[in-house]
Amino acid sequence: MMQNKWWKPVLVPYYLWIILFVVTPIALVLYYSFLDLDGNFTWANYVNFFTPAYLQMALASFWYAFLITLFTLLIAYPTAYLLTQTKHKTLWLMLIIIPSWINLLLKTYAFIGILGLHGPVNAVLEVFGLEPTQILFTDFSFILVSVYIFIPFMILPIFNSLDRLDRSLIYAARDLGASGWVTFRRVIFPLTINGVKSGIQVTFIPALSLFMITRLIAGNKVITLGTAIEQQFLVARNWGMGSTIAVFLVLIMVVSMLFTNAKKKGAGT
Amino acid sequence: MTKRLRAGNLYLGIVFLILYAPIFYLIFYSFNSGGTMNAFESFTMEHYAAVFEDTRLTVILLNTVLVALLSGLVATIIGTMGAIGIAAVRNKQLRGTLLSLNNVLIVSPDVIIGASFLILFTLIGAKLGFLSVLISHIAFSVPIVVLMVLPKLQEMDRSLIDAALDLGATKRDVFTRVVLPYISPGIYAGFFMALTYSLDDFAVTFFVTGNGFSTLSVEIYSMARTGITLTINAISSLVFIVTVLVVIGYYVVLHRSRAAKVEVSR
Repeated sequence: MMQNKWWKPVLVPYYLWIILFVVTPIALVLYYSFLDLDGNFTWANYVNFFTPAYLQMALASFWYAFLITLFTLLIAYPTAYLLTQTKHKTLWLMLIIIPSWINLLLKTYAFIGILGLHGPVNAVLEVFGLEPTQILFTDFSFILVSVYIFIPFMILPIFNSLDRLDRSLIYAARDLGASGWVTFRRVIFPLTINGVKSGIQVTFIPALSLFMITRLIAGNKVITLGTAIEQQFLVARNWGMGSTIAVFLVLIMVVSMLFTNAKKKGAGT
Repeated sequence: MTKRLRAGNLYLGIVFLILYAPIFYLIFYSFNSGGTMNAFESFTMEHYAAVFEDTRLTVILLNTVLVALLSGLVATIIGTMGAIGIAAVRNKQLRGTLLSLNNVLIVSPDVIIGASFLILFTLIGAKLGFLSVLISHIAFSVPIVVLMVLPKLQEMDRSLIDAALDLGATKRDVFTRVVLPYISPGIYAGFFMALTYSLDDFAVTFFVTGNGFSTLSVEIYSMARTGITLTINAISSLVFIVTVLVVIGYYVVLHRSRAAKVEVSR
């Protein structure tokens, strides 16, 4: 048919985009991870990554990302569930999503005031007779602000999967004598696991790579993989080491995605 | 039952309060003459005046909007063409590969996109500034446009095209009068997403911008690092108003195109 070839020229700019901005950047990061400061080939960056200092940083970053994802999920799941129960759910959903469209920097900046020594949180603490403490520049404030940022992103996919859930399955479970908790654990949660997984994907990886919030909110107390990459690229000017950390971040990303996708297939059958 | 409902509403109410509190906190103190975010002295508009008097800040605001509109436009064109191409690819393996490559920039952390683009621009000797930021924004917006347009193309009935061709329409007519109108909601959605991606981006821009060029996010970052400036608060209320207007505008457009579709299907 004549339709066979007409689309080829349409793809030219798109192919160019893939080559220039998808394939080349990946190749460059991989290439630079084997270069030292003078541009000579070296394994040193990889050896460096396995020294205690870097491993500890990577583990800490992992731990923080895990905690952030966990707390975000614990808050977002009930919210998404309750949203599906409301009358004008699309309107309420939109209202929940609007804050996620406000510039990230502005929201983070707000917390500099809120958590500050003379800010409202400390004012409330003072009412209860507690001494004002510096909440800013602690790992607690880092987790708090990150959870705040990620809540809407976690709610959206969970809301979508809950919304698609067939209500009669819940009624059936209840009719057959399952308690509320059992219904949730055996029926609702397994059926919405894909939404939860997408939510985890959009939270966990960004949480590993945050560097703006660590700088503004956590002072330099928390160093995530993202902070380390930024540090190496823009402060230390050691692109080789920065690229090596980036390679590991990509590896972690691929592994976590394979993990969530493989399970997705299993749950489907 | 009603008790549970009330507890649920209370929970939702608290979540809403928490989500909006920081934003309204910023807006509230933007009217504070005191200069801090904790003791409200008296009402003033001086911080808003400061935003508009500061020519540097005005230039940055204009730059941000310009980069968003331009990158959104170019990304929408490339992405729509890409989606049309991918939809027409019959080879399953090639299609799968294209889709995976498409998603790389969506799932990659911003830091890595920023760092790798920095290497790319430096290697080809490009000057860091407006152009490098614009190109980066186009680059990371293309895949989201593809993802928005592709479903529309896939749900389109092929017989529509065949019918148009049988009735003597040229290929050009088929494209502009059958395919484009059908996928236009996807294109609008893609453009809108590209805009928000661009306006919201901090990390990539931070990496690929030079000394002379700055967008709002990068500027707020450097202002916030030095401490509290109520000018940022004034900016945030302006941003909030614009965001809400854009969201409402988007929903109106979406609703209208949906209404139009219902009309057609009747």
